[in-house]
Amino acid sequence: MEGKFSTGKKPLRDPRAPPTVKAMTTTATQPVSTEVKAADLKTVYRWMLSARLLEDKIAALYRSGKIFGGVYRSKGQEAVSAAIGNSLQKGDVFAPLIRDTAGRLAFGETMHEVFRTYLGSIKGPMRGRDGNVHRGNWDKRLVPMISHLGAMTSVVVGSLVARRMQGETGMVGATCIGDGGTSTGAFHEGLNLAAVERAPIVVVIVNNQYAYSTPTNLQFACDDLVDRAIGYGVRGVTVDGTDFAACSQVMQESVDRARAGDGPQMIVASLLRLAGHGEHDDASYVSADLKESQMGRDCLTYAEEFLQTQQLVPAHQLTQWRAEITAQIERTANEVLREPAPDADQEIWQALASGLDKFQ
Amino acid sequence: MAVTYLEAIREAQASALQQNPRVFIYGQDVGAFGGAFKATKNLAKEYPNRVIDSPISEDAMIGLAIGAAMEGMFPVIEMQFADFSTVGFNQIVNHAATCFWRTGRPCPITVRLPFGGTPGSGPFHSQSMEAIYSHYPGLVVMTPATVEDVYTMLLEAITLPDPVIFCEHKFLYYHLKADALPTEALPANKARIARPGRHATVVTYSAMVHEALEVAKEFSKEGFEIEVVDLRCVKPIDTDTILGSIARTGRLLCVGEAWPWGGVTAEVVARAASDGFGLLDAPPMRVNAKDTPIPFHPNLWGTHRPTAPLIADSLRKLVRN
Repeated sequence: MEGKFSTGKKPLRDPRAPPTVKAMTTTATQPVSTEVKAADLKTVYRWMLSARLLEDKIAALYRSGKIFGGVYRSKGQEAVSAAIGNSLQKGDVFAPLIRDTAGRLAFGETMHEVFRTYLGSIKGPMRGRDGNVHRGNWDKRLVPMISHLGAMTSVVVGSLVARRMQGETGMVGATCIGDGGTSTGAFHEGLNLAAVERAPIVVVIVNNQYAYSTPTNLQFACDDLVDRAIGYGVRGVTVDGTDFAACSQVMQESVDRARAGDGPQMIVASLLRLAGHGEHDDASYVSADLKESQMGRDCLTYAEEFLQTQQLVPAHQLTQWRAEITAQIERTANEVLREPAPDADQEIWQALASGLDKFQ
Repeated sequence: MAVTYLEAIREAQASALQQNPRVFIYGQDVGAFGGAFKATKNLAKEYPNRVIDSPISEDAMIGLAIGAAMEGMFPVIEMQFADFSTVGFNQIVNHAATCFWRTGRPCPITVRLPFGGTPGSGPFHSQSMEAIYSHYPGLVVMTPATVEDVYTMLLEAITLPDPVIFCEHKFLYYHLKADALPTEALPANKARIARPGRHATVVTYSAMVHEALEVAKEFSKEGFEIEVVDLRCVKPIDTDTILGSIARTGRLLCVGEAWPWGGVTAEVVARAASDGFGLLDAPPMRVNAKDTPIPFHPNLWGTHRPTAPLIADSLRKLVRN
């Protein structure tokens, strides 16, 4: 809807332009020099590929009626997600969002946990009580998201502040959100709180051009979301979300900076969502111009071309990886499909850990 | 040495901070300033890293508490006024309350809500929030009426592995006094017979307990012995004690300061009707505030909330029915 006061569509930022850095005065206690090695790129690629193939399988199970509820794909966002997940280390805390299959796997989620949640196995971390993307495991500090956008930032800050109070140092937190999620009050409160506490957190904003069907010009009015960094008093940087090498560099550097005491880091990755909001959505509203633009390129195809042209990985190796991962996915899916579903008669219908509601 | 309701809240927090290094207090102005009502007076001096000022961000305050609880802490969040907790509503009802059930990991946070009407406070500094939080599974909602209860129940709330909405009545802060802090207590989820009787039961909680006791005293002069049940904790609710009292008296009036639609009084009447219909000698009744926003001027406010004369009118109908 072109309203009377609408500013209309904003000109697209050329994703190949050099990254914009909205740098604040650094408070890092040591200089940060991040170097992403070829081995890191190979690892990031493998997580991207794993996520893509895993979601292909889940979408197939959805179409064959094996999955209750929705399926939300990360297609086009694997590079950003794998890069942040791979930049973190054990002991860090990560609160991913709906299109972070790659980042979750890179951070330590198993394929079993993914299938068990989608298929509702009682062996899964959510035991059939919650499904699809609403999964996690606090033992791994992989935070199970709630659906309300913007809610996770302050929770990650809480984890970091608590550990700081307990005398721990060196941990980093990260969370991901989309362009639409940045419009919530919770996101503002969370990022502001992170900045006030100088929390070692990386906030990854994935601008995939649509919040469900709503384009960005109806979501925010600033030229670029990274402009908000200055307002919050945090370092902000942009990155081409379709370029896994650029994402790896920016994510790792931001994580390193947060770990070195530079406070919250905000990353704005631009790309195009290459699937519907969920598998039920044909995404017919996505503009043809965007699809044909640089932003519409498939990060996975680009990564494969890059790895080959840079002679980092030969073609036959790529084929072999794909076969290995596909076999692992099939094996895991077949195993989980045979696992028991929750039984309402066996369910403990109590919501309190104290058991005070036992006789209510 | 007399202790006020407010001082008991402060003392409970001091005691919790002293007993457990994993307890911390977080809220607006709770630090050096000591809180809007001085419920955390001097605590930051003693525990500078564990009594922390927050920005005016109720959503993020609860979010921080959830994250901290997951790391083994016992956060106590002060909402400056219960009314403002609506800004943090989502994190409370959708995040904290679902946490244990979804993930198996307890979320031991305590959210202190200074609530209820006082003269001149108006629509946004007077609300009673217990009903709306009680509606959601996964929360414990406490409504202490006495100095003793506010002390022991707050200590229990902080150690309980569940998120607790701790409704402390601002009207009781200064004028309600006890001789000393208690050394023993009923479990927080048990109701209390505040006054025994046999002609009718008044079930109530928080500040209304005192209005009901005043009425019961008057009725005693007329030869009616009114039993007053103080719920103490409205979620979970102690149905056994309620039905036990109705079994003795055969008559029920439920009194709440909150709005009438749904809520605690409706819940009590529904339980009495469905589980204790045969015990009733007369239709159960209830008294609540008027169904409008809470007025600012004392002349209006004094009529908006249930008071002893209004409770007495209903009770008179009930005992004569």
